[in-house]
Amino acid sequence: MTNVLLIIFTISLLYLGIAHRLLTYIKILALQGVLLFGIAFIDLIQINAINLAFVLLETIVFKTIAIPFFLNYIIKRNKINRDAEPFLSNFISLIIITLIILSTFILSNAINDSRISKIYFVVALSTLFTGLYIILTRHKIITHVMGYLVIENGVFILSLAVGNEMPMLVNLGILLDVFVSVFILGIFVNRIGDVLKDTDVDQLKNLKD
Amino acid sequence: MTGIYLAGAFSIAGLIFFNRRRVVNYLLVVAFLVLQIGFTVYEYLHVNTIELGYFTADALGILLLATLSIISIPAMYHSYVFVSKEKDNPMHRAIYFAAMVVLLTAISAAYLANHIAVTWIFVELTTLSASALIYHRRNNRTLEGTWKYVFVCAISITLVFIGILFLSFTLKKAGTDDLSFAVLLKKAPELNLFWLRLAFVFIFTGFTAKLGLVPMYTAGIDAKDKAPSPAGALLSSVLMNMGFVGIFRFYIIIANSPLHSWANHVIMIAAILSIFVATVYMTKVKNIKRMFAYSSIEHAGIVMLGVVAGGVGYYAAILHIIFHAFVKSSLFFQMGQIYRIYKTKSIYYVGDYFKYNLTGSIVILLGFFCATAMPPSGLFISEFLIFRSLFEANYLAVLIIVMLLLTVIIWAFGKNIFKLLFSPAIDFNEDNIEKINPAESISQFILLGLVVYLGLNPPQEFVTLIHEAIKNLPK
Repeated sequence: MTNVLLIIFTISLLYLGIAHRLLTYIKILALQGVLLFGIAFIDLIQINAINLAFVLLETIVFKTIAIPFFLNYIIKRNKINRDAEPFLSNFISLIIITLIILSTFILSNAINDSRISKIYFVVALSTLFTGLYIILTRHKIITHVMGYLVIENGVFILSLAVGNEMPMLVNLGILLDVFVSVFILGIFVNRIGDVLKDTDVDQLKNLKD
Repeated sequence: MTGIYLAGAFSIAGLIFFNRRRVVNYLLVVAFLVLQIGFTVYEYLHVNTIELGYFTADALGILLLATLSIISIPAMYHSYVFVSKEKDNPMHRAIYFAAMVVLLTAISAAYLANHIAVTWIFVELTTLSASALIYHRRNNRTLEGTWKYVFVCAISITLVFIGILFLSFTLKKAGTDDLSFAVLLKKAPELNLFWLRLAFVFIFTGFTAKLGLVPMYTAGIDAKDKAPSPAGALLSSVLMNMGFVGIFRFYIIIANSPLHSWANHVIMIAAILSIFVATVYMTKVKNIKRMFAYSSIEHAGIVMLGVVAGGVGYYAAILHIIFHAFVKSSLFFQMGQIYRIYKTKSIYYVGDYFKYNLTGSIVILLGFFCATAMPPSGLFISEFLIFRSLFEANYLAVLIIVMLLLTVIIWAFGKNIFKLLFSPAIDFNEDNIEKINPAESISQFILLGLVVYLGLNPPQEFVTLIHEAIKNLPK
């Protein structure tokens, strides 16, 4: 069952590559939150109840409801154009994300460790690199934030791989997640919208040599 | 004592934030400095005791903690000067000083942490407090600097976390789940190499954002430029040392595993690229503060070369990172005065500094000699030792490349500094320039003097501590 969820998660990455509208990105992030909830629930059922409740609360309340809602609010408040404005065409994005998944797959063959299941490694690393790819090839600051949130999801999957032995690391990951997301989005909603009229990275290109 | 220190410092920061009366703020800052110095002395007297389970004052931690305490006093003094010169805004002042206190505390705790996850938490905290400092002027450009810094640091902190996860995979195999540096060091030879390799790449890349090496150095440059000068001084001295601690402690573990020479190659590539990038930008940069920031990148590269070369290089690397902190912070403190006179940081519109501020220009001249590692600067000694260790380790090609690049850097640095000091300024209105009190330069003279003194005549205690810090590295 976990494997099915993880595979759906990977497919959502491919969809992220061809999505055009910001609203679609938000929906995919919410879907990934639900999938993470499922994976965490099946995987971590053995750890103690409070810890489990914390993890589940984070995935369902924070990742699935709060962040998408917040992103939506930012887009409405700052009147951000709904197009994602990628630098590269969707076809090329699709190919590149497929290549990313394929290469992590090949890399995972080098693992000779029976205790780590390879599928976590493959899904987590491809999510990480897809997030980086989205940050690099999208034009708006808000899509950079979304790319970062995708990276966070990848880190969460990776931390689930050791979740049963070291729940502390999962909690640390969640701490990072909540802390940084709130901070980045907080700057966004409070400051960038007030100072800059149109939230485009072109406006943040003054500091250079 | 660590518990008292952390609780005390964070409550001082909280009080500064909530009580915005000027006198109360300054009294609390003084209280923090007393606490900081007391803590340093206490830790020095209690070497290698474990406190709160996660903090150990080992030799490296104490050396850097003492460096931080020495720099924190002038940093607070110059912050006081800086804040009193601008239009008084109680909220901005309170946030500024609270962020300073949190930044210094988080860096101190990160120095002393003996557990990689604890180091990570405090590194995270420095990003948050530093961003409050960078945003102090609250305009478009500082916003840009803050945003880039937060974003790049968020990504690099995530990379470090991924590295820690990979590290925990290796530990499963070695049959323990304790991520403290001591346990990792003991288990180093039996860790799974595949995971360890990945862990090293991710942790190294992540910490380069703080140390200022290729690939993640970019955010730091904008941050040091846009932050007020006293805060910039902290960012380019003690905060860089924190990145060094993160990398160095993990490097000690790697050096005791079979991956030693592989890791050396990775670090060497990053170090040479850093020096190269610094050279390229130093020759074309037009902003004095950014030039200082790029010079820090160069020094970080040299330090990592010392670590790679081994032998006497380990000793020299630690010496270099301490001296660099003193020199670079004094240059940044002086930068605040330059900005108050010319109201610009651009190299085009400054000049004849000797005429307007004699003591300040002597500091700049001495700082230039120190930063480019000319004798009698202590950096000359450490850099010479690093070159010697490179020679002894048969990295002759590397040595020649680095020396050529350093020559270009000295030329570029000197060209800009001499323009600032001697050539007349273009379109500069001399009428109502601010008179700078020479007493404001005393702290810079002390810091630079310390570099010369410690370089020429290092006290026995100091040398012992450095040798103690590198004792776990293979010869």
